[in-house]
Amino acid sequence: MMDGSSFRLKHAGQAMRHDSALKHATGEARFLDDLPEPAGLLHAALVLSPVAHGRLDAVYTATAAAMPGVVRIITPVDIPGENDIAPIATGEVMLAEEVVEHHGQALAIVVAHTRDEALRAAAAVTTAVTPLPPVLSIEEGLAREAWIVPPQTMVAGDAAAALEAAPHRLSGEFHAGGQEHFYLEGQIALAVPGEEEEMLVHSSTQHPTEVQHIVARVLGVPYHRVTVQCRRMGGAFGGKESNASWIAAAAAVAARLTGKPVKLRLPRRADMAATGKRHPFLYRWEVGFDAQGRLLALDALLAGDGGHSVDMSGGVVFRALTHALNCYGVAAHRITACAVKTNHVSNTAFRGFGGPQGALLMEEVLHAVARQLGREVDQVREANFATHTPYGQELDPSLTRRVLAEAKQDAGWAAKRAEIAAFNATHPTLRRGLGSFVCAFGISFGIVHLNQAGALVHVYTDGSIRLAHGGTEMGQGLFIKVAQVVAEVFSVPVESVGISATSTAEIPNTSATAASTGSDLNGWAAHAAAMTLRERMAEVAAQHFGCPVEEVVFEDGQVFASRAGSNKRLAFGELAKLCWKARVSLSATGFYKTPDIHWDAAALKGEPFHYFTYGAAVAEVLLDTLTGEHRCLSAHLVQDCGRSLNPAIDLGQIEGGFVQGLGWLTTEELWWDGEGRQRTLGPSTYKIPGSRDVPPVLHARLLAGSAGRARTLFRSKAVGEPPLLLATAVVNALRDAAGLVHLDFPATPERLLLNLKAVKSGP
Amino acid sequence: MTDQLHLVLNGVPRTLPRHQSATTTLLDWLRAEGLTGAKEGCAEGDCGACTVVLEGADGSRTPVNACLCVLGQLHGRAIRTVEGLGPHHIVPRALAEADATQCGFCTPGIVMSAWAHTREGGDPHEALAGNLCRCTGYRPILDAMARMQDDGATPPAPVPPESAKFGGFHLPASLDEALALRAVRPEALVLMGGTDLGLRFSEHREHPAQVLCLLNVAEMQGVEVRPTGLRIGAAASYAEWLRACRADAAWAPLVPYLSRLGSRQIRGLGTVAGNLGTASPIGDALPVLLALGAVVEVAQLRGVRHIPVGAFLTGYRRNALAPEELIVAIHLPRPPEGAFLAAEKLSRRHDQDISTVSLAALITFEGGVVREARLAFGGMDATARRCAPAEAALRGRMLDDGALAGAGQALDFTPMADWRGSAEYRLEAARGLLRRLALRHAGLAAEVFA
Repeated sequence: MMDGSSFRLKHAGQAMRHDSALKHATGEARFLDDLPEPAGLLHAALVLSPVAHGRLDAVYTATAAAMPGVVRIITPVDIPGENDIAPIATGEVMLAEEVVEHHGQALAIVVAHTRDEALRAAAAVTTAVTPLPPVLSIEEGLAREAWIVPPQTMVAGDAAAALEAAPHRLSGEFHAGGQEHFYLEGQIALAVPGEEEEMLVHSSTQHPTEVQHIVARVLGVPYHRVTVQCRRMGGAFGGKESNASWIAAAAAVAARLTGKPVKLRLPRRADMAATGKRHPFLYRWEVGFDAQGRLLALDALLAGDGGHSVDMSGGVVFRALTHALNCYGVAAHRITACAVKTNHVSNTAFRGFGGPQGALLMEEVLHAVARQLGREVDQVREANFATHTPYGQELDPSLTRRVLAEAKQDAGWAAKRAEIAAFNATHPTLRRGLGSFVCAFGISFGIVHLNQAGALVHVYTDGSIRLAHGGTEMGQGLFIKVAQVVAEVFSVPVESVGISATSTAEIPNTSATAASTGSDLNGWAAHAAAMTLRERMAEVAAQHFGCPVEEVVFEDGQVFASRAGSNKRLAFGELAKLCWKARVSLSATGFYKTPDIHWDAAALKGEPFHYFTYGAAVAEVLLDTLTGEHRCLSAHLVQDCGRSLNPAIDLGQIEGGFVQGLGWLTTEELWWDGEGRQRTLGPSTYKIPGSRDVPPVLHARLLAGSAGRARTLFRSKAVGEPPLLLATAVVNALRDAAGLVHLDFPATPERLLLNLKAVKSGP
Repeated sequence: MTDQLHLVLNGVPRTLPRHQSATTTLLDWLRAEGLTGAKEGCAEGDCGACTVVLEGADGSRTPVNACLCVLGQLHGRAIRTVEGLGPHHIVPRALAEADATQCGFCTPGIVMSAWAHTREGGDPHEALAGNLCRCTGYRPILDAMARMQDDGATPPAPVPPESAKFGGFHLPASLDEALALRAVRPEALVLMGGTDLGLRFSEHREHPAQVLCLLNVAEMQGVEVRPTGLRIGAAASYAEWLRACRADAAWAPLVPYLSRLGSRQIRGLGTVAGNLGTASPIGDALPVLLALGAVVEVAQLRGVRHIPVGAFLTGYRRNALAPEELIVAIHLPRPPEGAFLAAEKLSRRHDQDISTVSLAALITFEGGVVREARLAFGGMDATARRCAPAEAALRGRMLDDGALAGAGQALDFTPMADWRGSAEYRLEAARGLLRRLALRHAGLAAEVFA
């Protein structure tokens, strides 16, 4: 099998530029709103709930309906199919019917000739709502046992007895906040009605198939009537999975009811109010340990805020639970994870999907133990690295140790420690701190059947190749990576592989581009399609050359008999033409399913991940004890990407993921007022990192010489989500600088200053 | 007087049709023209995806947020968009070659900020403060910027300013004309750079019937350096004020502070007078004006008044302007020889963020102890104001940590609580900013982003 484990790669594995890089920079790259608009286009705007919770007695549309340009106002009774946009469960409404369950929930759709007219009319729609008390905290949700995802508990041994017997015991509680995706391109869809109930939907989506299903559901038509296309997204990060689907569904309903093409582009405020975010979590833990820092018992709760509906919370809780112990082992444990229902917007997928939240647990535990014993945190880490996850899947502690050791070496840990101690001894108010982090992140969708992908490859008679697969491009470089795989199979320049928009008409029944699996799944599917074609073409070549088919060699855009450089040769395009004349099909589909994964959801045991990827980080911070302001001065990151498909793209994912994690853990705070209205609805109030927030020394690299052991494509490893977790090193450095174990996240200047003050004034 | 809106787009003079609304945002107009390189990311001037550059006749390049500008205010200006650089230009190429694009949606805006930066120079973080990227982590963007050079391109010929009227959009060229218009149209929206009021166009999609835009009034232009201080014309941008401060050591302590006020895009359009005119409580300029004892020069047809800035601000979004009056200039007295001037800002993000708490201090000494302290705070009350008890606490003291901690205990604020900070944090942080003054005065490193 040409999986590349020992094969010299020419195209895959090279540091190639994003296929659209220059088009991005010249402004030529077309995002959905840049496409030429179809004649007769109408624009839609959403009417959003002004309150967090209440009985919806009336929606008054008469004034708005009479405003200039307004064509139609759509309420739930107008929906031709089902008013249900649930991606996994059922019964999640697109437009609220009897109750509103969060501030910013969609109530109606206004359709008008211009976007301004639609927005102005939407603002003129009023409601009568009988207020109901909103549930606004995880604690309240727990107290009410209002489950979005009921508690699931992983148990080993007798945690209560082991806690009782442990020489030392500590406990704690902390919070991690949510996170707005803040993709620069907001949610957008363009629905174009066709003949016989057809609907062509251009959607900025990570999941064209789900858009297809949900559009079909709200329209009440079979899936084959709906075609969904996406060339590229202006960022997604998980925010354009389920949320893109209902935005597209709203546009499609408007298009069906008016018979005209309809575009729905959310203003930033509406986008931030109406679409879900990363799940906030509440953590409660109690740990028992010995004098060497070995963890003997752990009882922990991880409770997520699911928001008002299920969305994908089940998967988020699964990943939080399976990553709660990270790469550590505790002999006796009882770990419970759940998601509660609140009157917040329904929380959803966000890069890491519960994994980053899960991995925070052990960091507070390890720091507390180290503080109690007067040991270095890394000594406590070392004492507890695991060979297996609590659900029975094998880990590779040698890789855990290796990435951490290399990150510390890159950072010059010991020298930095000494430097920091000297600085802290002299400056009156500023404090420096150093922190580390290491993690093992499981790769695969938590739902086994989602781990499949399809591709379609055509070779044309000039030797050019058209590649289609089910993955979507959101900036992560998936398209170039998969094109490199196809170029490798045929040994042609990557430029001869034409990249196309993702379409449900070409590749059916796909999974979301998510869970870091995009290139693993779609790369293998494209590989399979290309291999099918190569085998067919090799047979034609063998006949032409009069040599055995095994001796045909594809090399550098040519095809040789026996060996590369042989006199018996054909240009790749000549062979393609020869195949056509021989009436051999030059089009093939490819399919892939991840092997060997399984999960017993009742027992919470199994091997749900194809493999783990390992990453480590060391960060240094500077903290102002007068104001709580802080800055990350340096970060050294080492990420295991196996034998990378494209080191340039992967480096971008590592750095970008780290900075996004830095935002989640330090500056990005979602703020609701006492009535449950979200007040951070734009970049003026919700602060994602700017260029100065990136550490002046940011040294990220791929772990060298670490071809994956699993049967991955050319022994590469996934990279999309895991680096986000590496930012945890920054908050560990803040713990060090502040002399604090306990921190709530985001660790804003306010939280640091008030924590410092509380510690100073004593309990 | 003209009723034809002229501008220069990517080097080509354009005359807009008379039916074109002057309150259409530049971004909407560009995209409708098919120039879709500039994107709408937020419509509030914070993300920078819509950044385009105003090309000054002197060769200067001012990046601005196309979402906040309306066409009328751009009459006579030269605008360059990403399409106006072309595919072979060094700036887009450098970004592409450095792997500095991922999703690419923010990239055209970053290209334009970087293009302006190749001419304007300075701190690259400052140049990027008004551009958000959610994908790359910025490192490759900064690397690419370090490799770019000025293309040496010269600006197109300027269109001389003249008074203009586009429907209800008035663009007077002289103060007399402006005051006469104000007298008959007291209901008109007075527009300067539009970095605050522009939200009415960009976010709320309003088209006010009457707009009085004062950007071209001759008497309101520029920042004039006088022996007694600065005269900041009402139409002078924050960028012009900052430039004047950079050129004179007396104002050096204000440079880092003013460099954090908005972004280059915001400072290129926004004006101090606009900030006073809307009396927004979140203006970072106000504490500085209060500490220095600035005077606001206002005029109406009947004459001129000079109002101390403390008396000018009368409350939350309220000021002392009479309906027929306009702000002409702000006079900022030069700090006395030997005085200690400082300005401190605390915000959730260092750059392009609204202050949680801000503090400006002007302290004079006699015999090594404080003679007079003027301490003005922003973010602590409904409007920026001085704090007399804290000022009194410093009088006669050495300016050290003990004295400043004492002043902190004397603060008489009961601050608001919102998404930028709780009341407790604001008070605690204001005390921290006071104590930071001791470090500054002693010449020590005082902050994490120094």
